[in-house]
Amino acid sequence: MSEPAPRKPLLRRILTADDNLNRLILVSVAIFAAMVALNPDSFLTLRNFVSMSYSFPELGLLALGLALCMITGGIDLSVVGIANLTSVLAALLMVSLLGPDSPPAAVVPVLALAIAVALVTGVLAGWCNGMIVSRFRIHPVLVTLGTWQVFSGIAIILTKGYAVPGFPDAFLALGNGRFLGLPVPLYLFLAAAAVVALVLNRTRFGLSLFLIGTNETAARFAGIPVRSVLVRTYMSSGFLAALAGIIMIARTNQAKADYGESYILQAVLVNLLAGVRWSGGYGRVTGVLLAVVTLQMLSSGFNMMRFNNFARDFTWGVFLILIMVANHLFTERKRRRESAAATPRPAPTPNQETPSS
Amino acid sequence: MPPPQFLELDDIHKRFAGVHALRGVDLSIREGEVHCLAGENGSGKSTLIKVIAGVHPPEEGRVRIGGSDLDPVTPLESIRRGVQVIYQDFSLFPNLSVAENLALNNEVEQGRRIVRWSRIRATAREALARIRRELPLHRPVGELPVADRQLVAIARALLHDARLVIMDEPTTALTQREVENLFTVIENLRAEGIAILFVSHKLREVLRISERLTILRNGSKVAEGPTTDFDERSITEAMTGRSVRDEKFHYTAGPGARPPVLEVEGLGRPPAYRGVSFRVDPGEIVGITGLLGSGRTELALGLFGLLPAREGSVRLDGQPLRIRSVEEALAAGIAYVPEDRLTEGLFLEQSIHRNIIASILPELAGRFGFLDFARARREVEEWIRDFGIATPNAEVPAQSLSGGNQQRVLLARWLARTPRVLVLNGPTVGVDVGSKEAIHQRLRALAAEGMAVLLLSDDLPEVVSNCNRVLLLREGRLAAEFDESVTEETLNAHFAETAGTAGV
Ligand SMILES: Nc1ncnc2c1ncn2[C@@H]1O[C@H](COP(=O)(O)OP(=O)(O)OP(=O)(O)O)[C@@H](O)[C@H]1O
Ligand SMILES: [Mg+2]
Repeated sequence: MSEPAPRKPLLRRILTADDNLNRLILVSVAIFAAMVALNPDSFLTLRNFVSMSYSFPELGLLALGLALCMITGGIDLSVVGIANLTSVLAALLMVSLLGPDSPPAAVVPVLALAIAVALVTGVLAGWCNGMIVSRFRIHPVLVTLGTWQVFSGIAIILTKGYAVPGFPDAFLALGNGRFLGLPVPLYLFLAAAAVVALVLNRTRFGLSLFLIGTNETAARFAGIPVRSVLVRTYMSSGFLAALAGIIMIARTNQAKADYGESYILQAVLVNLLAGVRWSGGYGRVTGVLLAVVTLQMLSSGFNMMRFNNFARDFTWGVFLILIMVANHLFTERKRRRESAAATPRPAPTPNQETPSS
Repeated sequence: MPPPQFLELDDIHKRFAGVHALRGVDLSIREGEVHCLAGENGSGKSTLIKVIAGVHPPEEGRVRIGGSDLDPVTPLESIRRGVQVIYQDFSLFPNLSVAENLALNNEVEQGRRIVRWSRIRATAREALARIRRELPLHRPVGELPVADRQLVAIARALLHDARLVIMDEPTTALTQREVENLFTVIENLRAEGIAILFVSHKLREVLRISERLTILRNGSKVAEGPTTDFDERSITEAMTGRSVRDEKFHYTAGPGARPPVLEVEGLGRPPAYRGVSFRVDPGEIVGITGLLGSGRTELALGLFGLLPAREGSVRLDGQPLRIRSVEEALAAGIAYVPEDRLTEGLFLEQSIHRNIIASILPELAGRFGFLDFARARREVEEWIRDFGIATPNAEVPAQSLSGGNQQRVLLARWLARTPRVLVLNGPTVGVDVGSKEAIHQRLRALAAEGMAVLLLSDDLPEVVSNCNRVLLLREGRLAAEFDESVTEETLNAHFAETAGTAGV
């Protein structure tokens, strides 16, 4: 242990002990370089970075919720539906309780009420998902595909399909405001990510997610309250989705029942890119953070190159498939290499339990 | 003239991250020879098998199969030359049916594009006929008992024109009867000229079935020869490098009458078991044995709340107790070490650390559920040391451990809870003689401290030497009870009688 470590190659020194993360770092750097090269004048500008950091937090929040579910071996496809339903509720409350000339003293309690209703509804929606998934043993993909339609449907009925526009400035600050030069949504996202990382790596609940995702039967034999943990997981995902919904409408100043449908594909994409294991048992917040930024760079780059929306959706799809294939190939190779490990490798760092983000 | 050598290994070396698992091992097996590989947990048996199978190419040494060298050693080439391996985890597809598991490989190999179910069933029937067993072809393999799963794995191996069938601990999960069954299968294969290499920790079986023997210790070959040159003592000594004795456990009721820890009255969950009554006093180790299907696992699951009993009552330390869920059982102080460590026990991809603390999360959690990692690490280090779990550190995944060490991790998880009643289902399955003794000592020490221990096991020597009382279950009912003077012969006689009345 105490012998001087041989000088590692430069790349090794930059990289971490986690192969998944390393791959992701390489992908990010490559995409960053490609985007700079393709948009030499516009990409490396402060304006671009500011604009990017306004737009990725909402996707990031959705992806975080999805990550929690994926770690248990499940998935939550209804996050966009939850975000839309909760934000429509908040919007309707604000619009119906406040007029253009409401006094500031009346605005604050209404805002608080609207936000609270949105968050509570998000948690309740997640509770429904969790109950169905854990009681009826229906595959989470089917459950949340169904509830997505239900939540969106309710939102459409509430709004009759029209956009609900016009919120007070104090609310819009949540989506467009700045604090110490950085966008407010970025703070919200980073705070949420920090809490999720802390919960995942340091708490009984977090550890239970990994154990359930690795082997649910064994988790039950070990006395882990599997059902209640699953319900709480989907509730957390619902909460994060509602938070994303609030930021969305605060940024666009209108709530729509069918906003951001393509976010779900992107949120899955983020998680796969982040190395969160599809079958459960593995995932890191650092990865999600990096993956969401990477995807945003790609998206902004496309924008600058004037890709139209269809071309962009097409590219997301292709990208998703590429990542899945790449992930598969890497796992295969890792398995083969591990069984064939010719030279002794240094033991992994002793405290992987410490939060890594 | 003896038959030609089928397999020859020469000076094989294999290293894993920090572990020199094989250090220059030789091994040779003739055609149609039944060869046994013995050694303590972690001595490299499974690794050696994986070298032969081409899963782990050796760093040094030569592998010769069927008369010529394999260079490189690959799984495909090994299979092509007739090597078939049945791993400790069987490598079956739990969601597919028995028939699919048996036949699909063949279908794929023959390059068939259209799946014909009639052909699949025919192939599957043929495979089972070779081992003379009938299994429900349409049942998902994951729903079968361990013993039947193994038979599926063996039958599947035979479909591939095997010339050497390697079985890694094939008997650990089997009851006496099924071991007999397996041995008949092995004899038949030998008669067909198929060689068998098998690993077992049950020395009696080794002595009975094998012709030649190779013993590993710490990755090196320490003995080899015709089985007739060995007996249990000499094998054990070669394996451990010392002499080991498992002495008989004597229960002495403590001073003064202590109330029973566990009282079970008319417990039942028909049709699995019904009307089961017994009591366990502090310090007792009570054995429960019975053939497969006797209901003993269901009874244990009933006590642990996973399959709650529907009739009868349970009292713990004199207090009536209703056990409707695992949480309730755990809260009351009942712990259960499951039978099938791979599906019910371990979190294979997770660290040893996480595997051990899985059952004590509530105790480790403080405010807002934050875990006390300093304490967790101390606990884990202590168990690794206490149980002599062979691992570079606590952060490696449980799947990198040898089978016996995995079992110790599981025991550590449950003992970490310091339960009042410890129910163990096959606690030393796949554990070598040396560590078996260590585990037995541990159980006795726990009993001496006042814990009630219920030991479910097929391993009659284990039951006889460790239990001061033995309950025999038959078709879900308590059929007989024996005191500590019970012998293996008595138990065997009762088994035979059971088999007779059941008409098997
Ligand atoms: N994939 C792996 N990565 C790292 N170490 C491994 C791996 N496979 C085996 N080992 C190590 O190699 C050694 C030999 O293990 P092996 O599984 O061959 O033992 P075994 O004799 O089969 O034991 P058991 O009787 O418990 O099954 C052990 O120390 C084990 O931890
Ligand atoms: Mg082994």
